[in-house]
Amino acid sequence: MSSSQVSALDADTFGSFGGSDRAPLIRRILIIIGITALVLVVAYWRTGGSGLLITQGVVTGLLVGSVYSLIALGLTLIFGVLHILNFAQGALVTMGMYATYVISSNLGWNPYLTLVVSIPLLFAFGALVQILIINRSMGEAHENQLLLTLALGLLIENTLLLVFGGNPLSVRTGTETVYNIFGAVATQSRVIAFLGAAFLALLLFIMLQRTGIGTAIRAVAANPTGAKLVGINVKRIYIITFAIGAACAGAAGTLVVPFVSIQPVAGEVFTITAFVVVVLGGLGKVVGAMFGGLIVGLSEQFGGIFFPDQSNLLGVFVVFILILFLRPQGLFANAS
Amino acid sequence: MSTPGPLVDVTKRRTWSDRNLIALLIGILILTPFPLIMGASQEAIAIRVIIIAILGISWNIMSGFGGMFSFGHAAYFGIGAYASAVMLVNFDISPWIGMIVGMALAALFGVLIGYLSFRYKLKGTYFALATFAFAEMLRIIVMSAPVLNAGRGYHIPLITDSSWWLMQFPSGSPNYFWLGLILLSASVLISILFIRSRAGQFLIAIREDETAASSLGIPVLRFKLLAIAVSGAVGAVAGVFYTQYYLFIDPDLAFGASRSIEAILAPVVGGVGTIWGPIVGSSVLAPLTDITAAFLRNPPGPLAFLEGRSGLDVMLFAVLIIVMILFLPKGIFGTIREKVSRK
Repeated sequence: MSSSQVSALDADTFGSFGGSDRAPLIRRILIIIGITALVLVVAYWRTGGSGLLITQGVVTGLLVGSVYSLIALGLTLIFGVLHILNFAQGALVTMGMYATYVISSNLGWNPYLTLVVSIPLLFAFGALVQILIINRSMGEAHENQLLLTLALGLLIENTLLLVFGGNPLSVRTGTETVYNIFGAVATQSRVIAFLGAAFLALLLFIMLQRTGIGTAIRAVAANPTGAKLVGINVKRIYIITFAIGAACAGAAGTLVVPFVSIQPVAGEVFTITAFVVVVLGGLGKVVGAMFGGLIVGLSEQFGGIFFPDQSNLLGVFVVFILILFLRPQGLFANAS
Repeated sequence: MSTPGPLVDVTKRRTWSDRNLIALLIGILILTPFPLIMGASQEAIAIRVIIIAILGISWNIMSGFGGMFSFGHAAYFGIGAYASAVMLVNFDISPWIGMIVGMALAALFGVLIGYLSFRYKLKGTYFALATFAFAEMLRIIVMSAPVLNAGRGYHIPLITDSSWWLMQFPSGSPNYFWLGLILLSASVLISILFIRSRAGQFLIAIREDETAASSLGIPVLRFKLLAIAVSGAVGAVAGVFYTQYYLFIDPDLAFGASRSIEAILAPVVGGVGTIWGPIVGSSVLAPLTDITAAFLRNPPGPLAFLEGRSGLDVMLFAVLIIVMILFLPKGIFGTIREKVSRK
């Protein structure tokens, strides 16, 4: 099956821009620009005209948003192919963090170097989970798989709690260089996390578009029966997809280690934001997840600017609920 | 969840509910003298069984019988807990009245979520996400609302003697068990009567095939909302009882995701969409916490490094859930019932 045949099938699953309906696209872009302008104006007013706070919000939001994108990419890939909302995604991020912690503190490796362990480790773990647990319940009521991933998340978190205890741990990194971006400050570790996550997300995207295995994954997402008919081993694709989704989470876990405290529950917040990102981008849509991550990173920061007394997450949830109700197919889907 | 519950044969509806009501009566009669033979630590376990069972019964009405998967049942639990705590602490109003107000508010909140969700046609995963989002919103809002003591939560003021009106007894008092038994029995009674009623039968018809039900003229939206309201009200009862027993509530305890998960665990283990499943599940799960805690206080030789750690109980819950779903998807009670009725 050639790649061009598949791209005709998967236009909806993988969110292609443009295509036949140009007019709604232009309208959508205008709406997005309008909302952005409105948000900036209100932010300008709330901060009492401090441009610096807004720049800082944008920079911080985009930097952390890239990590959200990577986690959500795994989540949305799993949803697109397996039609499972993986409640364990955050716990897999936590697993990545602890993998980095263990290697880095015992062998003295640079935390970023542990990516060569955390990615394969989580890939293998994801494959194992799919083979042993989730493949057995494929095709049953979707609540069953949801509960399975939920239980898996609890299992991972509490195993880590049992083994490492609940106290926050941290990995020693050298002195942090602080960068100045248009007046806003960004620490080195956050910039590296941004670049690393963006690079891995792009790599995955190219893999999905250009390689044989990527084509097979997209084929299964678009039409499992059709994929089976042309000779694709669907169960194997399920395994690979869950493994890739887990590997994304593991990589993200390693990348955030220098600036989060490592705790068994550290992943929970990532599960929540990843849900928001994929709903925002459209469940199962890869491009949507990449942009959605940045939008959620920004709404977190601007939520903090709009409601300074509230948790940053409030802004995220307001966006979440609005999108869920008004555009459950996601911002980037073609008009339903 | 894939398991059809008791799709009650209408002609046998009376005998089905009679059987369950008799079972309930026998259960109450057997359990009433329990505090006289239980020690204080067993009573604490029994109370936890009761709280998790009530919450599970609540979840089961909406998600088991109604097929609307809720991942935000902490919302109803928390609304009940906070309504009674705020009224008692700030205005000296009895938790019984707080319970009624909490039940009404929780039902109202459920109807609001349900109406919005069905109005915008959220189904399956999206519906679960919406319930989750609303529960988290409540947590975040309460967490940063000074009016509601923000993150500090509420301590229920201690009284010197015991009072049924203020729902407070000295710790270890058998009254707590009897109070819990009353609330649990009431919850079971509500779920039996609700499922027996026309509304409950319509609900099951809607769960099995919404399109068919609606083309037969059943007002689908109305009965789904009714189920959520009943479910929310029962969930609030669990929250009130929790607060009055532990005498403390805060946003994480009330509205946290782990509370929502707790609501799901017992019915899944016991049997989704069965009257007794949540109680069976809760009786299995709640004591596990104490057993594992006792084990970790003094672990045997090679595991000595685990001393004082926690997490083992939830690990076992998780394994149990995975095993149940893969091998016994009808739950303990559901499987036994099937075996018995086949003979």
